[in-house]
Amino acid sequence: MIPNSNEEAINQILNSMDHRVQPYEDPFFQGLRVEPADLLQLMLLLQDQAGMNYLADITATDRKEEFEVTYHLYAIPDNQMKIVIKTRVPRDAAELPSVFTVYPTSDWQEREIFDLMGIRFSGHPNLVRVLLPDEFEGHPLRKDFRKEG
Amino acid sequence: MSGLLRTEPYIINIGPQHPSTHGGMHVEAVMDGEEIVDVIVHLGYVHRSVEKIAESRTYTQFIPYAARLDYMATNLPAWGYAAAAEKLLGLTVPERAQYIRVIMGELSRIASHMMFVGSLAIDLAATTGLLYCLRDRERIMDMFEMTSGQRLLASYMRIGGVSHDLPEEFFPAINSFLADVPRMLEEYNGLIIGNEILQARCNGIGILPAETAIAYGVTGPNLRASGVDYDLRRDDPYGFYDRFDFKVAVAQKGDCMARLMVRLEEIEQSARIISQALEQMPEGDIIGKVPKVLKAEKDREVYHRIESAKGELGYYLLADGTDKPARLHVRAPSFVNLMVLPIISRGGKLQDIITNIATLDPVLGESDR
Repeated sequence: MIPNSNEEAINQILNSMDHRVQPYEDPFFQGLRVEPADLLQLMLLLQDQAGMNYLADITATDRKEEFEVTYHLYAIPDNQMKIVIKTRVPRDAAELPSVFTVYPTSDWQEREIFDLMGIRFSGHPNLVRVLLPDEFEGHPLRKDFRKEG
Repeated sequence: MSGLLRTEPYIINIGPQHPSTHGGMHVEAVMDGEEIVDVIVHLGYVHRSVEKIAESRTYTQFIPYAARLDYMATNLPAWGYAAAAEKLLGLTVPERAQYIRVIMGELSRIASHMMFVGSLAIDLAATTGLLYCLRDRERIMDMFEMTSGQRLLASYMRIGGVSHDLPEEFFPAINSFLADVPRMLEEYNGLIIGNEILQARCNGIGILPAETAIAYGVTGPNLRASGVDYDLRRDDPYGFYDRFDFKVAVAQKGDCMARLMVRLEEIEQSARIISQALEQMPEGDIIGKVPKVLKAEKDREVYHRIESAKGELGYYLLADGTDKPARLHVRAPSFVNLMVLPIISRGGKLQDIITNIATLDPVLGESDR
């Protein structure tokens, strides 16, 4: 049985994580900021206790000194809560934990970010390029990637 | 004697140039005798780097690229992109344009599902099945040509509306098409579904349990075929979908046959939505008040998702204050859905991979981007 996702469950999770999760304003989602070290725990709690069973999308953006990784979470079939989680990693040490063990759908999505943005996901079972050839050099979605032609 | 027999796995390559991969996709089937041990999918043969391209195009200029993601249902990815950009820029769409989008979007869904039925038939060597589906899909292509001037890749959506109003000759064409839909479905039922070989190749093949589907982010008809009653048009409505009466097609078994039957029912339901949209559609503008230069304030971001023909199609847009996005990301249902191909194929026979690919219905333009 999937527990109902609701704000109360989310608030309990925020309390139990003791201010290591920072809510932020977003017009369409409940926004949460978290440090990479706490990401996996937050994801586990959201899935187990708030019924957020569906990780729709993972994407990464280049913020010069840092990379920002964004996760969009929903609950199937009721769509009461919409959560966006953001975490940042430094550019020169671009690594964060894989959420594969909680959301298997992150498998190829994390591979894609590794491939195109060059962020490593520790604990990923098969972190290899997914769209570009293995021998390709560089990560095209980084802002400093040199475009030719 | 049996103690002396030793088997070892070997690999059969399917594609990248093979009609049953529905585009450039390379699949390695790891076999032990006749049984599939594992399937390794290699993507990227149609990678055009559209997300990078978007960063050097204005918001409007990206529309043709969006229309080329899922080229089997061209209006749906273009609509999804236009709607995401409107959300980011804070623009509204006039009523008539909303209805036209529903009509063209649902026609695209029907075209995509007809291609699904036809290509599944030809993948299982029933060539005639494809011809019947293409014949009917052709009428949709004609309607796209009437409205946008293009048949396959109609860049018909605009930020704030659509490019042209529906021409006079469109209405008799769509009315006669809608009147013929029940007959088309009856024909597919008799000719394709009634085929004993197709039934043997689809029933009980490639079973995808509901929990696995959700865990792997499978959406759209593939998720509904596993018994999960979830459709963004009803459950997270966008556009004017809350104004129509339609049934969400669901099947229980999660096998190839279930995925086929869900699509057939969706063709029928899409036709119902189109008739209601035609009835409700008011006169009026087809594009809203849109500034000549579109700029969104720095760091504003949206994630907008629609129910495309293949599942949840999401666009993530991040603005940097200029007329071009700082980042565009496409959450492509074809890409995510393909992740379960190894799971549903293991333990089956080589021929099942063909049926599994066909019924997961990936379009490589979208999965590879």
